[in-house]
Amino acid sequence: MRTLRFLLQKEFRQIFRDPSILRIIFMMPIIQLIILPMAADYEMKNINLVVTDHDHSVYSRQLINKITASGYFKLAAVNNSYQQSLRDIEADKADLVLEIPVAFEKKLIRENTAGTFIAVNAINGTKGNLGAAYIRTIIQDYNQEIRSKLLPFSGMPPQPQIAITYANWFNPQMNYKFFMVPGILVLLLTMVGANLTAINIVREKEIGTIEQINVTPIRKHHFILGKLIPFWILGLIVMTLGFVVARVVYGISPAGSFLSIYAFAAVYLLAVLGLGLLVSTYSNTQQQAMLVSFFIMMIFVLMGGLYTSISSMPEWAQWITKLNPVSYFIDVMRMVVLKGSSMKDILPQFFTITGFAFVLNGWAVWNYRKRA
Amino acid sequence: MNNSVIVQGVSKQYGSKKQPVVALSDISLDIATGELFGLIGPDGAGKTSLFRILTTLLLADKGSATVAGYDVVKEYKAVRKIVGYMPGKFSLYQDLTVEENLHFFATIFHASVADNYHLIKDIYEQIAPFKDRRAGKLSGGMKQKLALCCALIHEPKVLFLDEPTTGVDAVSRNEFWDMLQLLKKKGITIIVSTPYMDEASRCDRVALIQNGRILQVNTPEAIISGFTQPLYAVKAPGMLSLLKQLHNTPGVLAAYPFGEYHHAVMQPGVSLPFLGKDAEVKAVTPNIEDCFIQLMQHHA
Repeated sequence: MRTLRFLLQKEFRQIFRDPSILRIIFMMPIIQLIILPMAADYEMKNINLVVTDHDHSVYSRQLINKITASGYFKLAAVNNSYQQSLRDIEADKADLVLEIPVAFEKKLIRENTAGTFIAVNAINGTKGNLGAAYIRTIIQDYNQEIRSKLLPFSGMPPQPQIAITYANWFNPQMNYKFFMVPGILVLLLTMVGANLTAINIVREKEIGTIEQINVTPIRKHHFILGKLIPFWILGLIVMTLGFVVARVVYGISPAGSFLSIYAFAAVYLLAVLGLGLLVSTYSNTQQQAMLVSFFIMMIFVLMGGLYTSISSMPEWAQWITKLNPVSYFIDVMRMVVLKGSSMKDILPQFFTITGFAFVLNGWAVWNYRKRA
Repeated sequence: MNNSVIVQGVSKQYGSKKQPVVALSDISLDIATGELFGLIGPDGAGKTSLFRILTTLLLADKGSATVAGYDVVKEYKAVRKIVGYMPGKFSLYQDLTVEENLHFFATIFHASVADNYHLIKDIYEQIAPFKDRRAGKLSGGMKQKLALCCALIHEPKVLFLDEPTTGVDAVSRNEFWDMLQLLKKKGITIIVSTPYMDEASRCDRVALIQNGRILQVNTPEAIISGFTQPLYAVKAPGMLSLLKQLHNTPGVLAAYPFGEYHHAVMQPGVSLPFLGKDAEVKAVTPNIEDCFIQLMQHHA
């Protein structure tokens, strides 16, 4: 115990003497949590719309007005020919082209059907997809309006209709920040845990101090615990800082209990620290460790369910995400923060992460050999 | 126990099976308790590999070794408790202060600085004025003194010093060897490796190692007395052409630069012919370097 205490003392001294580590630990969460959620907006606004109106009727004008009034679209240009509009897409001035054919109004009234044409610029896939979906909804809406306006004159019985109203559970305003912030918090914790641990241990290898440590009768588990505990504590501090920022800047406080979040985070950090330890046992220089953990981090972040929903990934990719500890914590964070899930609800994830912690640390300890 | 370190037939190879790099081949050594033993050889001779095997950091491919009676493989835990190791590269915590480093290394050996202060007193007093300075900010000589203190603080029975004087100025080197003499008086077995042959004369016994093989183990005096050929020191205005001239002179066994002179080793009974009126020639008694150069050329 005495040895461990002195190892910890030494470790903390070193951490607090390194201004760059301190800066990373305390500035990173604050800056990332303030900048990222503000910038990473899921809603598509300012979609550039180019309209080619061959009809120039009251109906076509009403439709265009309705679309631009929705707030999602910016009317970039009104052209007379489809060719002109296509050129706007080529010049990247337009994301979406709406073509209203000749006699749109006449056909709609006389024949009860009329077509429109939408062309999407698919360079930015998300923008194009969402834009097309928005515009379709608006046109359907408009369609309903016309029907109810024209029906009384047609003499036909009113058609049955299904009306839809929405309720956004757990996030009534569908505020994307509410699910981004907890997710980013998870990423921060992962980076602090895995990167810093890996680099810290590899640095001892690089400087050669590990050599000096290895000839001492110090026990393997003491040395490893001496490395893990400081970063475990730092991780929890970073998370606390993150929650302070979430509360102060975004007014987000968990609907569930902090206790279940911290309990999960405590185990999660063990798993992530184990990962860092594992990376360090396979690398000999800080550069190698950086590159390896950067590679792993990229996969973890992009396949963690924060930026793209896991359920929309192909099946093989979903299997990969099952090996990604980040995805479990993001899940848990959202469950507890937004939905107010209790400890009982997050038990499955809890056990999985405990498994991760055991496997990663076990592997790392097995691979950490005192001698070559 | 008479022999503090016993090495028997130790071999070590690095690299792949196709292209092995032989670091040590069939090394055997006996080092007595309380001896100041020098391991002398050029860079890449295998000195560090041998040290790493003896300090339990590396496993030998073949052979066995004991340190203070403990097997370095089976009883590595016991070995770690009784050896002090100072690696060639400064490897203390640069971001901890002098005092913190010392206390840290004392603690992980379950020792205290106060208990063993008598061992390091003479050395530590020289760096004590800087005890609050971070180790990374010390000068080379002071780093080395601190490293020695840290290696000594748990009162080791055997002290391994891997090239402690490499990159240290001549005065500090001298001081360092004086310190080792003091430590020797305290009964610690000291094994020092060095690439500087002139340091051999300060050891009780030396082993000359080259390409992973031990060429000779003896006292410095015995090694010198083994040098029987006549030896001359020669100096002339054109040193390079003089060396060529010496190589071509019949009866010269070997000629090599030696400080501001060239040394020429003659066949027994043959004296150096006239080399020119500018040449300064004098007969000299061989020192340990001459012996090593001769041994190395023999085995090259």
